[in-house]
Amino acid sequence: MEKEKIIEMRNIRKTFLNNVANNNINFVVYKGEIVSLLGENGAGKTTLMKILYGMYTKDSGEIFVNGRKVEINSPKDAIALGIGMVHQHFTLVRTLTVLENVILGLPSPKGINLDFDYARKRLEEIIQRYGLVVNPDAKIWQLSVGERQRVEIIKALYRNINVLILDEPTAVLTPQEVEELFKTLRIFKKEGKSIVFISHKLEEVMEISDRIVILRNGVVTGERRKEETNARELARLMVGREVIEVLREKTSVTKRSPLLKVKELKALNDKNLVALKGISFSVNKGEILGVAGVAGNGQRELEDVICGVRKPISGHIFLDNDEISGKSPKEIIRLGVGRIPEDRMESGLILDLPLYENLVIEFYDKPPFSKGMLIDYKNIKRFAQKLIKEYRIKTASIDVKTRTLSGGNLQKVILARVLSQSPKFIIASQPTRGLDVGAMEYIHEKLLEARNNGAGVLLISEDLHEVLNLSDRIMVMYEGEIMGIIDRSKEKVDIEELGLMMAGAKRRKVS
Amino acid sequence: MSWPTIKLEKRMPPPVWFQVLTPVIAVFISLLISAVFILILGKNPLIAFYYILKGSIGTWFAFKEMLVKAAPLILTGVAVAIAFIAKYWNIGAEGQLYAGALAATWIGMLNLPLPKPVYILLVITVGFIAGAIWSGIPGYLKAKLKVDDVVTTLLMNYIMIYTVSALLNGPWRNPVTMYPSSTPIAQNARFPIIIPRSRVHFGLIISLLAVLFMYFLVRKTKLGFEIRATGANPSAARFLGIDTIKSIIVISIISGGIAGLAGVGEVAGVHYHLISGLSPGYGYSGIIIAMLGRLNSIGVLLAAIYFAIIINGAQFMSITLNIPSYIATVIQGITLIVMLAMLLLFEYRIKIGRSK
Repeated sequence: MEKEKIIEMRNIRKTFLNNVANNNINFVVYKGEIVSLLGENGAGKTTLMKILYGMYTKDSGEIFVNGRKVEINSPKDAIALGIGMVHQHFTLVRTLTVLENVILGLPSPKGINLDFDYARKRLEEIIQRYGLVVNPDAKIWQLSVGERQRVEIIKALYRNINVLILDEPTAVLTPQEVEELFKTLRIFKKEGKSIVFISHKLEEVMEISDRIVILRNGVVTGERRKEETNARELARLMVGREVIEVLREKTSVTKRSPLLKVKELKALNDKNLVALKGISFSVNKGEILGVAGVAGNGQRELEDVICGVRKPISGHIFLDNDEISGKSPKEIIRLGVGRIPEDRMESGLILDLPLYENLVIEFYDKPPFSKGMLIDYKNIKRFAQKLIKEYRIKTASIDVKTRTLSGGNLQKVILARVLSQSPKFIIASQPTRGLDVGAMEYIHEKLLEARNNGAGVLLISEDLHEVLNLSDRIMVMYEGEIMGIIDRSKEKVDIEELGLMMAGAKRRKVS
Repeated sequence: MSWPTIKLEKRMPPPVWFQVLTPVIAVFISLLISAVFILILGKNPLIAFYYILKGSIGTWFAFKEMLVKAAPLILTGVAVAIAFIAKYWNIGAEGQLYAGALAATWIGMLNLPLPKPVYILLVITVGFIAGAIWSGIPGYLKAKLKVDDVVTTLLMNYIMIYTVSALLNGPWRNPVTMYPSSTPIAQNARFPIIIPRSRVHFGLIISLLAVLFMYFLVRKTKLGFEIRATGANPSAARFLGIDTIKSIIVISIISGGIAGLAGVGEVAGVHYHLISGLSPGYGYSGIIIAMLGRLNSIGVLLAAIYFAIIINGAQFMSITLNIPSYIATVIQGITLIVMLAMLLLFEYRIKIGRSK
């Protein structure tokens, strides 16, 4: 029997500025199946589903629901067509109860009076039927993250959806909660509902899906039935074969002496979940240690802790012999850490201040830039002039608001500021994200130069090319743990193995 | 069913010369709107504006009175402006003004055996400290505990205003007249008059010094840089090593102190005793002055003078034309709204469309 197509997306294309997020993607959902969208961050999974859910408008392509061509312009349209979506970030009103949240925005059969009795009956029915245990009268802020997710699912079911899209639903759940979620999903399936499961975790995808569609860089790189594939193949499709090793000319490290030592580091994320589960590693002088991994596996928290903006719950970080964990940003800068943060617009720079101030903001209070309580703007401007020449920062002048610079030049401002202090250790997070090839090359060059001059560099990047291009050793992070470290002076990188480690399906002993 | 949607979209900021012109345009537009109200009252707006100018700067006497009015307005304007630069939303300059006035009155009533300059310096210092404390408390709460500063500074106004009122109706009531006003402060505690045959007092010099201080603070000092960075993006400032907590606490103290000086001037330079109507809302006007002056020292000075002209001029105009003097308050309010709207339109364009 031919399976019934519920949804068919044809030749979907979506670009953000110059970035192709979905490049002519075809995607089908059949009745009563669980289909996974597998891919790294930025592969285009969420974008594709947000188009289906009416949150993004596609540039081109067609969508068919039950064989009929439709235009979906808002989530409201999507829900009317029986499509529901649970986002990574929940959309609940914290101060209202579960029941109130579920009926929020729906017309009431009683006109301006809300029909709570009817709603409660239906809600309890849904809770019963799918095992989505949650107290209808609890306020959202009282609930755990797992319970909040259940409320989101209930909300969708209450609206009579047939297709449920779940965006990285397990990212916020405990293993027990994941089991419960999977149970619920299997009940859906039995009832003939369809589920789109967005994930980058191989094990889960292999456990729950009937069919797996793999995306990479905005295109479908494969489609497999679960029975006919394995984790190894999926990892390869996800990470890609064409990632070839481009080893740059490097002065080889003769003797390694550890510079930055991280010991048993534990830290929470913003949701108070453990994001770093006691990791230990070190970065040597004159090497680049690349951190590979899908975003959201603790890299951000590691960056924050090293930069001094997140206090660890336990563990230590030593730079040479100075303890830096728990110290303030200023102290950490003074001890010789150069920080190139992931969020260059909101952390690395203050865009509304003039350029010359941003070029000294991490050390404006040291001579020759200030004396006593006064700032010496003459010296600062002279210094800023020198830096924009040296680092070829394109700007009308040093007096303009920093906001007026282009992305690549903004990153050069940070780079110039950091390198001008000749730091012993540099942490660079996503240093070239969103930059053009020219700027990217330049930043890579400068990082390698710092390394060759003896600095230790911790490079956190989602871009595997970049990690492979620059790193002496590669460390893979998954769910707040280190899955393994590949020392390239001793072995070649096995891309498949790397993919497996990134997706949490393989772990090496870390020596 | 679909409603038209109104969306705000970010846009590139207009050129600098236009930004400098904004307050002028805002003043012009607000006067146009005010003219409508004057028309409704059945009077000719042009004549009304003429009397406003005549009553404020049209004569040497009026001009001097305008300067008396400008002194506290400059101080509260500076106080609010430096706070706003750090995004410490000090709505409490009114309360801080009264705190300064209360402290100055207290010291002044002690009749200390001090030479005039020393006594005046003491009164100024104590008044500054009182305002500083009254603003430092919400500043500390904001910086350390993230307590909403708009609410705390605003509500602390009432605590101070009613405290003053309670004192004046209780222990400090003038035993001779039985009016709710304090006994006069010592002769040696009073500010000297700086223009003969006028009420223009030493407070005007203090306020001009405050403008200079603000210019210097913002442009030349580390603290000035720190409050600008903190105000522009607190989380980035923190990341980049600036002690944003310290910056906010320190600027809240300085801001409150300067507002306190406005109260000192009213007691020691104008009334010589404390009364409950000491300030007709100088603290609140300071907010509008700070915004109209675009948080710039010279801008604040000009805006304060403009307000002094409006307030004194409207008084004269209302008597002459027999319309309520509240028109001055109306013009102030409209100016703020127009200015805020213009600042918004700098950064955003309004897009009206149909919801999809």
